[in-house]
Amino acid sequence: MITLLLIFFPLVAAMLLLLVKGEQVKKIALGAAIVEFAISIGALFLFQKNADTQFELNYPWIRSMGINFHVGMDGISLLLVLLTTFLVPVIILTSFNKNHKNPSTFYLLILAMQFALVGVFVSLDGFLFYVFWELALIPIYFICLLWGGDDRARITFKFFVYTLAGSLLMLAGLIYLYQFTPNHTFDIAALYAAGQSLDAAHQGYVFWAMFMAFAIKMPVFPFHTWQPDTYTTAPTQGTMLLSGIMLKMGTYGVIRWLLPVAPLGVEHWAHFAIVLAVIGILYASTIAIAQKDFKRLIAYSSIAHVGLIAAGILAGNVQGVQGSMIQMLSHGVNVVGLFFIVDMLESRFNTRELHAMGGIRNVNPQFAVLFLIVLLGSVALPLTNGFVGEFLLLNGVYQYNAWIAAFAGISVILGAVYMLRSYQSIMLGETNAMTASFAPLTGSEKAVLVIICAAIIAFGVYPKPLLDIAEPSVIKLVEGFKLAIGK
Amino acid sequence: MKALILLSSLGVIALLAEIFSFKKLLYPLVIIGLITTFIFNAFDWGTDRIYFNMMRYDDFAVAFSSVLIGVSFLWFIMADGFFKEESNMTDYFALVIFSLAGAVIMVSYSNMAMLFLGIEILSIPMYVLAGSKKDDVLSNEAGFKYLIMGAFASGFLLFGIALIYGATGSFDIVEIAQTVAAGAASSIFYAGLLLMLVGMAFKVSAAPFHFWAPDVYQGAPTPVTAYMATIVKTAAFAAFLRLFYTCFQGSAATWTSIVVVMAGLTMLAGNITAVLQTSAKRMLAYSSVAHAGYMLLGLVALNQYSQGSILMYTLAYSVGSITSFGVLGYVAKAKGGDAVDSFNGLAKTNPFLAFVMTVALLSLAGIPPTAGFFAKYYIFTAAFQAGHAWLVLVAILASLIGVYYYFRIIIAMYFKHSNLEVTIEVSANHKLLFVITVLLTIALGLMPDFVIGLL
Repeated sequence: MITLLLIFFPLVAAMLLLLVKGEQVKKIALGAAIVEFAISIGALFLFQKNADTQFELNYPWIRSMGINFHVGMDGISLLLVLLTTFLVPVIILTSFNKNHKNPSTFYLLILAMQFALVGVFVSLDGFLFYVFWELALIPIYFICLLWGGDDRARITFKFFVYTLAGSLLMLAGLIYLYQFTPNHTFDIAALYAAGQSLDAAHQGYVFWAMFMAFAIKMPVFPFHTWQPDTYTTAPTQGTMLLSGIMLKMGTYGVIRWLLPVAPLGVEHWAHFAIVLAVIGILYASTIAIAQKDFKRLIAYSSIAHVGLIAAGILAGNVQGVQGSMIQMLSHGVNVVGLFFIVDMLESRFNTRELHAMGGIRNVNPQFAVLFLIVLLGSVALPLTNGFVGEFLLLNGVYQYNAWIAAFAGISVILGAVYMLRSYQSIMLGETNAMTASFAPLTGSEKAVLVIICAAIIAFGVYPKPLLDIAEPSVIKLVEGFKLAIGK
Repeated sequence: MKALILLSSLGVIALLAEIFSFKKLLYPLVIIGLITTFIFNAFDWGTDRIYFNMMRYDDFAVAFSSVLIGVSFLWFIMADGFFKEESNMTDYFALVIFSLAGAVIMVSYSNMAMLFLGIEILSIPMYVLAGSKKDDVLSNEAGFKYLIMGAFASGFLLFGIALIYGATGSFDIVEIAQTVAAGAASSIFYAGLLLMLVGMAFKVSAAPFHFWAPDVYQGAPTPVTAYMATIVKTAAFAAFLRLFYTCFQGSAATWTSIVVVMAGLTMLAGNITAVLQTSAKRMLAYSSVAHAGYMLLGLVALNQYSQGSILMYTLAYSVGSITSFGVLGYVAKAKGGDAVDSFNGLAKTNPFLAFVMTVALLSLAGIPPTAGFFAKYYIFTAAFQAGHAWLVLVAILASLIGVYYYFRIIIAMYFKHSNLEVTIEVSANHKLLFVITVLLTIALGLMPDFVIGLL
């Protein structure tokens, strides 16, 4: 029951927003998002820490095609649901200083997005997964289109077509598997069995059909070309939704669907895909170093981070997958923090150019500290949340192939270079006329940054509770994977 | 059979309205008549009766008749303006209703003669209606072109029927199938089959026989275009499917490869040409050609999913088309042109119309959770299970192209600004119509099983 509540509560709340006019909308949306977070915390307490799928519900939906409304959560799903329900209120809070036009539509779309995202993370039916996956695209498309920056029509359209092309391939893959299920059903277990019964070559086709969808969503090099433009043009909250949560749909898809459904395909192509991911890490990091626009820099850094997550998952060992789980959460929190800092700077100075800023630390030391914590989390300093995930990921990749891990490891150094460089040029140095006017932080800004910094430090110092939730499910998944490839 | 009798009587009543001067009552009378017909038609469900070896009211016929009558009900609400302004409105009523009766024959025939009669009863009123704007050159061109092309197609069809009769000695579609199954098919039979295939391809505007469609669709008055895109297309496809599913299934090896090529060509030609259009009406015309291509997938599949998937597709596509042509009518009237640019800034002046149009376009583009998505999904699955994986791949690529031009309108509505900002007044019954179509689009998307399960 709690799963249904988690899925549909945001949708109902979104519909109710239509009845509200004016300033109240923000507060009601925030209230709804907090209630949703409370529900997910409730689920966390009810959750038994084992590998079983819990809170499972299975209703027939389209009988003639063997499609069921089958939802449930294991540790992996629960963590991502928690990430979603944690980030959405934070994202809504980040918009408190802004007055978007048509506020009720704006928050309606954010909550509708949450509905689809939670749906993606709890679906246990291939078709249902696909429907939620596509549903998530529509609100974000309109958020980017209606509230985005210059040239948004062209850029969001490119984003839309890219991701739609990917998901259609995934649908083709799912239908292909569906053909091999004994009594024609999209149920996850039947699809797993159908996929594993195929020979290696056919699993390779399935791998590519589904991997394309996930790789575009994440995005992995060379399918990333939509990402920097879209992240830069989207309104801040849209960027946060895209990078903080939506990106995880791709990585989650690899864990939940790709590894179990086409294990031999993964084994055969993983090397190639990991090399792509690592190329993406180095490429994006290098470009990030050369960026002048802070928002664009973070967009590229996101490609680098997600590349490492993808490599870790595809390595197919416990450390890699477990690291990716942690890193998904950390990256979600950190990137939302970073984009919020971009937004704060932009709303004060009307620019995102790094070289135009400087010396803000002298004006507002409090902001300097909070920014530094977010930044350190992002460069994966020990005792921040980024470290745990990145360490496990590199460890996982190292077990797969030491050379690849060595190259992937460079990303940590490059990450430190571009992040510290941007910190330097924004916060340190001489205060100029523009930055001297840095307005003090408002209440909601402080609240967002403090929440994010608290999360960064808390899970950096003591990550065990999070690790424990996912661990049994991850071990079960990886063991299943290894069994299927015969190792 | 009840539906056919009721519709024919309704047509006659429409003609009498001129003589006995109850013209003002005619519109409500037709609406009530359609509702009654819909209900009585539903009573035929599951009876499977054969009338005089000419018509067979099986579930297929009843289901498609229901779609036809239901969609024409929506169409009458949409096209009320079409009947108000003209002095010869009773003729128009009669023509439309008679053509609807023809459509019902086309979905319920069991004899080739009835197929031909149905097509003619459907088509001849359409020739007149396409040219009904008498002082408009484009409308005249549309009527004339439609007549010539329609006559050609009928010629092919009739020639094909004659050859098949020569080869098998029967007009009855079941008997023909049995004769062929008994091994009596000669080369004359196959020649006849191919001629009929060409004739039907003309009627459903499948490539390479689709060239008439865009001109006719663009030139005809918008309500008539909507009628052709929905009712005529549904009836033609149902007839096509009934013929090839029942009668020619045994000789599938000869014609499936041809239809596969046709389907691929139609999808690509329709979608690619639609991208290049500046007129929204012409774009929708090409998109209608493209949709014929997707529906051909259901025909080549030739398995237990064919009928259900085409039923779903025609319904989803008709509902989407009625809405989009309805909104287009408003926009074209307000802005004085049907270019894609006339949709600029619609979201600002008329958020309701923009939203309705968006839902319809998302459905036509096949984005979940709309009806159009499930329609595409079922039809693709049907073709996939029949082993046409490559064709499905082409169809997926083609739908991506489709997304491009449907979104052009969405982008224009929400993103672009217009110099000519007029708030369009939407009449109350059209508002109701749009609410119904939007709800229907979403309801069919959430519960597609209801329609698919019928056949």
